[in-house]
Amino acid sequence: MQQHWKRLADGVELAVTQTDKFKTGLLSVTLTVPLGAGTATAGALIPEVLYRGSGRYPDMEKLSSAADALYGASLSTGVRQRGESQCVSVLCGFIDDRYALDGSAVLEPAAALMGEALLNPAVQNGMFRRDYVESEGANLADRIQARINDKRSWAIFRLIQEMCAGEAYAVDKLGDADEARAMTPDRLWAAYRSLLSEAKVTFYYGGGAAPERVEDAVRRSFAPLLTGRAAPVDCRVEAEPRGPVRRVADSMDVTQGKLAIGFRTGGITMGSGDFPALLVCNALYGGSANSKLFVNVREKMSLCYYASSMLDKVKGLMVVSSGVEFSQFDRAQEAILAQLEAVRRGDFTSDELTAAARTTANNLRGRLDSQGLLEDDQLSRLLFHSEQEGEDLIRAVELVKADQVVETAQKLKLDTVYRLTGKEG
Amino acid sequence: MDKLEYTALGQTVYHCVLPNGLNIYVDVRRSYSKQFAFFATRYGGMDLRFRGEDGEWLDTPAGVAHFLEHKTFDTEDGNALQRMAANGVDPNAFTSSSMTGYFFDGVQGFEDNLRTLLSFVSVPWFTQESVDKEQGIIAQEIRMGEDDPNDEAYYRLLEAMYVNHPVRGRVAGTVESISHITADTLYQCHGAFYRPGNMVLCAAGNIDPQRVADIAQEVLTAEHTTAAETDHGRPERPEVGEKLTRRTMPVSIPLFTLGIKGTPAARGEGLRQRLLGELVCDVLFSTSAPLYNRLYEQGLLNSSFGSFYSDGPGCAFLVAEGESRDPERVRDEVLKEAARLAAEGIDQELWDRLKKAAYGAMVRRLNSLEDTCIELAEAHFDGEDYLSFPQVFQSIERGHGEALLRDWFVEARCALSIIAPEESQT
Repeated sequence: MQQHWKRLADGVELAVTQTDKFKTGLLSVTLTVPLGAGTATAGALIPEVLYRGSGRYPDMEKLSSAADALYGASLSTGVRQRGESQCVSVLCGFIDDRYALDGSAVLEPAAALMGEALLNPAVQNGMFRRDYVESEGANLADRIQARINDKRSWAIFRLIQEMCAGEAYAVDKLGDADEARAMTPDRLWAAYRSLLSEAKVTFYYGGGAAPERVEDAVRRSFAPLLTGRAAPVDCRVEAEPRGPVRRVADSMDVTQGKLAIGFRTGGITMGSGDFPALLVCNALYGGSANSKLFVNVREKMSLCYYASSMLDKVKGLMVVSSGVEFSQFDRAQEAILAQLEAVRRGDFTSDELTAAARTTANNLRGRLDSQGLLEDDQLSRLLFHSEQEGEDLIRAVELVKADQVVETAQKLKLDTVYRLTGKEG
Repeated sequence: MDKLEYTALGQTVYHCVLPNGLNIYVDVRRSYSKQFAFFATRYGGMDLRFRGEDGEWLDTPAGVAHFLEHKTFDTEDGNALQRMAANGVDPNAFTSSSMTGYFFDGVQGFEDNLRTLLSFVSVPWFTQESVDKEQGIIAQEIRMGEDDPNDEAYYRLLEAMYVNHPVRGRVAGTVESISHITADTLYQCHGAFYRPGNMVLCAAGNIDPQRVADIAQEVLTAEHTTAAETDHGRPERPEVGEKLTRRTMPVSIPLFTLGIKGTPAARGEGLRQRLLGELVCDVLFSTSAPLYNRLYEQGLLNSSFGSFYSDGPGCAFLVAEGESRDPERVRDEVLKEAARLAAEGIDQELWDRLKKAAYGAMVRRLNSLEDTCIELAEAHFDGEDYLSFPQVFQSIERGHGEALLRDWFVEARCALSIIAPEESQT
């Protein structure tokens, strides 16, 4: 597996992972802008409207048919959040030329189809079609409101809203439902034009083709994006909570309670020297099947159906998520926090540490076997200039010592506790 | 081991049957850093009545296969999950209606981990104390599922479609049904289903196939065993039991699951019928299908919509699920379009394009060691050769799709399950 990187213009770059491992190639183009309450809705809506049709393929049926004809190329558009940035992407996965039944090249037409979708949208009166904007606005509003359907992720979403209130991080990457319903073609068109001219542009390809061939395809299909732009990508990292621990609760008609607990990592993010120690600390505490939360709180004490911890490596957050019976809220919370105290005291065996480091290293290696995860990881690395590449980070993780884990755990600061309780509870 | 070459797909799979009856498949991928192993038994949520080791027929409580899956990780020396996690691998398991599978992936210590996997799955160790404790954990899992509107819509659909077939029950059972499970029940089920002749081992990655076979032979019993015998009740009639089922939950807009009850495939025809069923789903429901686009443009469907084909012993069905302000209208439009296509024919260009797209999607799926191993295992239990899909595609014609639309997409074989927002209760 070989990594290549090239600047195509100021603020425009191409990264290629060349490998024969997969039977497919994956090409993506990502436009990154600061996440903000005023712009998020448009940023989330643009990819949806683009997917409805282009100049050449004016409706979704024709656009999807064009992808189907490329051996079921998986053309998709969407929005992701990275720290306090909103990333609008067009992605396409397609089989390698060697598996095409008629032996034709697939990369170039796939790039052309992506360029068509992104840069030549279906227009009416010089702007997006009104019917597409209105129906996608309504769909987006539905999606925003449907967040509540999945209680596990809803609890985490609510925790972040409360914990990071006032920070750009808490802005919903999907935007606001009312604003989505009220979006007009001219406003969305203006947002689209500025997205194309101002956003940072990241091209990524993973697959068997040579970097020169990829660059050539990108230059042909995305020429209007290859202009210089000043597009800084920032994320404000709050090392410490702003005040005493906040406690928030909602009630809803559910049979199982949810408990979500948010911590600040003391400023440690993916670029920090102690990031490898934070990864191991998280695996030891709640990020693996032999973590303290899993073994003690879930298995031994049977306090939760699930209890795990995860990191946001860009923003510097750790979140514990668990499902508990209403009557066990206090005990579960106490136990979850007590396990972190144990890590802070160094109350873990060398076997636990080795297992946590191995699990972390294996997970990182495993990510190298997935084309989609490779793309996602490369995007974070490119946006935040993290030098730690896959293998270097893995080696660093394997060398993490117990005192580094303790030190890292001591930096974790409890910020906010969120409970989703039942109607009667 | 036998070497099976799939040149069109660039795949090589090694296969053998051990004297104890275990089938082994190894998909060698030199460039992957991970190795994956999947050890599965043909035993799932629907296998409630079976012939025990003593030859007598036994009836067991709903949810026992899933319960057994949880407890299989217990060994005399502690929990295998933690033992393998200590090696840095992430073992896990799942129970479907017709299969229970245990797996891990890792990048080092593959042989050691494989031994552990084979050993904890094949050697039962249950105590009444640990069974009692698990009842609490699984009850929580069941409740969590009951709060999930998608799960709820799906199971209510199966209950509406099927009258006797055990696929209509939840794989995890109910809080009540699992309360009847004892350590003895688990031993009986383990004895009947967790024997090599009823199991399959699939592995993938940069590994030596012969070592996989050697290790399996060392760890597992040498005694010859055969497949288990199960009873899924009286044959199911072709029509659904109930055409409409509806309840309210805290959701933002109505969710629905639409089911078409099909005819189970003859043995050896399962893969073909699945590919055909999936193609018919694409003809109606894919993003390039005229019907989906029309309903989307009318605001009757949005992008959270999907469809699939599913089958098991004695059952086969198609499902479309999504969100809609008017699910009943969606159902009517689906049946109308199916009838039109059956009468007027499917557009040849659409059919050819969808076939090509489906082939590409299956090639893409082979990137995943997990998906490939699970597919190999399922196909093995069905007596199929999964990687023959390029040839099977060749043999599927438009007329087969039209026949399926004509025979299956009729009102009597269609059921709709709706989860409506709570406000509409009043």
